[in-house]
Amino acid sequence: MAEKVLMKGNEAFAEAAMRGGCRFYFGYPITPQSEIPEYMSRELPKRGGVFVQAESELGAINMTYGAGAAGGSVFISSSSPGIALMQEGMSFLCSAEVPAVILNVSRCGPGIGGIQPGQADYFQATRGGGNGDYHMPVFAPCNMQEAVDIIYEAPALADKWRTPVMILADGMMGQMMEPVALPDPKPFVEPEEIPANKPWAITGYAKKPGGARAVVKSLRMQPEALEEHVERLFARYDAAKAELTRYECIGLEDAELVFVAYGTIARLTLEVIEMLAEQGIKAGLIRPISLWPFPYEAFDQIGKRTKVVVSAELSMGQLIEDVYRGVNGRLPVELIHRTGGIIPTSIEVAQKAKAILEGLK
Amino acid sequence: MKPVFTYTKGMLPVSTSYCPGCTHGIAHRLIMEVLEENGKLGDTVGVAPIGCSVLAHQFMNVDMCEAAHGRAPAVATGIRRAQPHKVVFTYQGDGDLASIGMSEIIAAAARGERFSTFFINNGIYGMTGGQIAPTTLIGQRGTTAVEGRTKAQFGMPIKMCELIAQLECAVYVERVALNTPANVRKAKKAVQKAFEVQEKGLGFSFVEFLSTCPTNWGLTPSDALQWVSDKMIPYYPLGVYRAPQPEGGQA
Repeated sequence: MAEKVLMKGNEAFAEAAMRGGCRFYFGYPITPQSEIPEYMSRELPKRGGVFVQAESELGAINMTYGAGAAGGSVFISSSSPGIALMQEGMSFLCSAEVPAVILNVSRCGPGIGGIQPGQADYFQATRGGGNGDYHMPVFAPCNMQEAVDIIYEAPALADKWRTPVMILADGMMGQMMEPVALPDPKPFVEPEEIPANKPWAITGYAKKPGGARAVVKSLRMQPEALEEHVERLFARYDAAKAELTRYECIGLEDAELVFVAYGTIARLTLEVIEMLAEQGIKAGLIRPISLWPFPYEAFDQIGKRTKVVVSAELSMGQLIEDVYRGVNGRLPVELIHRTGGIIPTSIEVAQKAKAILEGLK
Repeated sequence: MKPVFTYTKGMLPVSTSYCPGCTHGIAHRLIMEVLEENGKLGDTVGVAPIGCSVLAHQFMNVDMCEAAHGRAPAVATGIRRAQPHKVVFTYQGDGDLASIGMSEIIAAAARGERFSTFFINNGIYGMTGGQIAPTTLIGQRGTTAVEGRTKAQFGMPIKMCELIAQLECAVYVERVALNTPANVRKAKKAVQKAFEVQEKGLGFSFVEFLSTCPTNWGLTPSDALQWVSDKMIPYYPLGVYRAPQPEGGQA
């Protein structure tokens, strides 16, 4: 039975990861997610898990790589500049096919930027960020229940597809309190169970079925071998797309204007749609839940009445690049945005949307 | 006939990628020999660094992973948590450990991580072609200091054993050399001690091997061994820098 509680976002995220089976957490303090390492330091050891405060985000991601390579189920969290430091490790995790769950409670940049919520990590999350040809699944929940459900599911997805999985939240979600239904905890996997469950893991081969030696690596000196490896990773991405592509469409059939938005601004857009309806304007929403793979197919559901597609984002126009690809020249594309940590009011977004529609006349 | 010297099962039956006269092969063999003697080859996880020995996992007959440059101690920290009952070690060169990875090695030693680090100090970046390392001696030449290292430009070479030995949770710290048969035998004893300390759960153990790089030093293999004796050992004194108190002894 799911347990309904009122919780702060960051603590709910941590709780969901533990309940999803993540036994290991390697953390480093950074605003606005420091409640997560604090919560994990209190809760994980009680339940037989492991908390380590790393020396840096570089340390944390590489501890993740080590524990994941040795078969452990790992959850880590950070915020935008900390995630930037982890990108080296993420590239390694992706190439070496090491599962992990990585949460970005994003703030705004560039540089140290500020500590208010932002979505300017869209490129960092969806376009790699580290070196080389790779992707990782990225999910962007828009409320705490959805975040808890995705974080809870993520360890299993990471193991199934042998990849790190990123959850892109923002400081608004991390700091807000909301009622949430917590799913039942899954048992932690014991170290002795790992050789049979994950024969590829570096556990020592003495007790491994078949006794084969395991090597976890990303170096391939022969170009042909590296090309083959990368092609194999991308074939797996293709195979995973059907399961990983997730989105929600609202009112597309008769919408004059279709918003595309994820996370906090998507939640706000729902109110904007109601506000516009009261003024006789029909607006709809495509809400990508997976940012990679991006739900381009959702754009095929846009109806014949639609005059414009609007990317609504807390960044200078990053999501809009995927909106252009989704629209594929069929309709005009416009941007409504704020950045720097400012979240617009629904009135402001509604006014801008109306101005865009009027500009088309 | 009784064989007096054989292959160790710890080394895979392949040719290594190391240059003639390089002492990586000796260091590899010593570590693997001890693990074989301890019956631990199937219960060990090693971490290979970036550098010439990135390919150590092709030669050492244990489960292994590669780590990004300098990050091996953080990777080993994660492995140790997920596999608390296995033998865990990192194998790192001087550019990897004493330059880009200084943060990770000091933090792991300070936490008293229960793994062993084997540190190959040959005073130069090998794989990238002979640039000055943090451990390059004053006057020693590198491709980024063709006239030789000066204190004014690079500061003084870092003595890692002395640095690590300051940390209370680094319970075994020894510097050995691979330049003579007698020193190789002492080096093996240091490896044994490091694993012993690890298996007893006492804390972090660290063995520095003064090693050669004839190719980038521009010396013959035998001159390189002599250079370790004449130049390296006087600056990097051999010996035990920290060891656990004998049982029953006063702390």
